[in-house]
Amino acid sequence: MARIGVLALQGDVSEHVRALERAGQEKVQVVEIRKSGQMEACGALVLPGGESTTIRRQLESFGLTQELKAAALGGKPILATCAGLVLVSQEVEGDSKVRPLGLMDIKISRNAFGPQRESFEADLQIKGLDQPYHAVFIRAPAIAQVGDGVEVLACVGGAVVAARQKNLLALAFHPELTKDPRIHQIFLKMLEA
Amino acid sequence: MELENLRFGTELLKRGFAKMQKGGVIMDVTTPEQAVIAEEAGAVAVMALHAVPADIRKMGGVARMAHPEIIEAIIEAVTIPVMAKARIGHFVEAQILEALGVDMVDESEVLTPADEFHIEKTKFTIPFVCGARNLGEACRRIKEGAAMIRTKGEAGTGDVSQAVLHMRMIHGQIRSLKGMDDLQLMKVAREIEADLDLVRECASMQRLPVVNFAAGGVATPADAALMMQLGADGVFVGSGIFKSENPQAMAGAIVEAVHHYDDAALLARVSKGLGAAMKGMDASTIPEAEALQNRGW
Repeated sequence: MARIGVLALQGDVSEHVRALERAGQEKVQVVEIRKSGQMEACGALVLPGGESTTIRRQLESFGLTQELKAAALGGKPILATCAGLVLVSQEVEGDSKVRPLGLMDIKISRNAFGPQRESFEADLQIKGLDQPYHAVFIRAPAIAQVGDGVEVLACVGGAVVAARQKNLLALAFHPELTKDPRIHQIFLKMLEA
Repeated sequence: MELENLRFGTELLKRGFAKMQKGGVIMDVTTPEQAVIAEEAGAVAVMALHAVPADIRKMGGVARMAHPEIIEAIIEAVTIPVMAKARIGHFVEAQILEALGVDMVDESEVLTPADEFHIEKTKFTIPFVCGARNLGEACRRIKEGAAMIRTKGEAGTGDVSQAVLHMRMIHGQIRSLKGMDDLQLMKVAREIEADLDLVRECASMQRLPVVNFAAGGVATPADAALMMQLGADGVFVGSGIFKSENPQAMAGAIVEAVHHYDDAALLARVSKGLGAAMKGMDASTIPEAEALQNRGW
C-alpha cells in the first residue's frame, strides 16, 4: 500500500485527503504531515491550497523546508495545487512576499486573475484526458513562464494553469474541491512509475 | 479556452474560498501598517474595519463599514485576502465592498444593524461570513447564502467564554441529530427555525456544510488553541492583537498556536514573552441590551 502525505500546515487538507482516498480506493494510505520526520515514510506528497505566505512561513518555522526539498529532489511524486504551485515555483513575479522553494522550473504570478470576485469555474482541456475537466480557480496563481523540461498540460486564455516536470505535477486550480477523481488518479499513476 | 465560458460567484467558489482559510488566523486591522504586520505574522487574511471591536464598544455611536480609502489602502498593502465588515442587512455597504475588490464580506453584529433582515447573500459574487450562536442561526445564515460561519462570541471583550459557549452549542446540537429519523429531523428543523435540507446535511455530515471559525473574545494563543481543540476550523482575532502590548509577537504566537493547537509544549513556548494581552472585560457583566451577540436573529 502506498503512503501519501498531505502537508497539513494550513488550507484545504481534509479535501485532499478525501479526494486521494476516493481516487486510490483501498490502495492508498493518506497521512497528514505536521512535523519533521513524517515525510520520509511517504511515497508521495501533496501541497494543498491555502495561503502561500502562511504555509511558507510555517514550513520554515517547523523545519520542514529542507525535508520537502529533499523529497522533491529525491524523485518523490508531488502534487501541488494553488498555494502549492506558488511554493514549488522558481520565482514569483513582482512579489517578494513568498520565497518559493525553487523545485520546478517555472515562474508564476500570484493572484493572476484578480480578487475573489474574479474567481471562476471552467471546463479545461487537459493533456492526457479525453474529456474536459471541470476546474475551480480561487484567487488562483498562473504560470507565467516555463523552462525546458516542463510540460504544459492546460491553459486558460493565454495563461498556463497546469504543468508537469518529472515528479512534480502543479496546478493553479483545485481538483480536491470537485468529485472528478481523474487528476488524483494521474497523480497516483506517477507513484507506480 | 474562451474566456466567456467561465462561471463566477458560484456556491462552490464561495465555499471553496472559505476552505482555503482553514487552519488559519484572520486578523482585524484598521490601517495598512497593521495589515502588513498581520501578513508577516502569518495571517491567512485580514479584516479591514475602522476601529477594532473594543474601541467600537468604547466610542458608542453608529458603527458602519470602514472608509473606502482605508480598505483600498489595505488591499494595496497585502497579497493575502482582505475581508471587510458590513452592517447586518445593509446590502448596499456589501455592494460597495464588492465593488472595492474585497474578497469576503463579514455581515457583522459588531456594526450597528441596519435591518431586521440579513442580507440576501446568494445575490452577490463574493462570499460572506456570518456570526451564529447556535445551529438555527447558522442554518438561517447558510440558507441566505453565507459561505462561512463564525461563532459570535462577545466581540471586543477579550473574554473567550461566549465563543466557547457558541461553539459548544453548535457542535452539541449537531451531535444530537445523530441517529434521528427524518420525522425527528423535521421537528428539530421547525423548532430551531432552520431549513430541513440543511439540518439533514448537518445530521449526516456531523458538521456544518461550510467552514466554521471561532470569533468573539479570542485574546491569547491559549484561547486560540482552546477554540481549535473544541473543533473550530480556524480563528478570527479582533481586538486581541492590536490591543495587546506587543501586537507583532502576539500575532505570530496566535498563528503558531492555531497550527499546533494540540501540542502543549509548543503552546507553552509560544505563550512566553508576549507582554500583556488586551485588558478586556468579563462578558457576563455586559447588560443584555448591550451585548453584541444579541444583534441579528
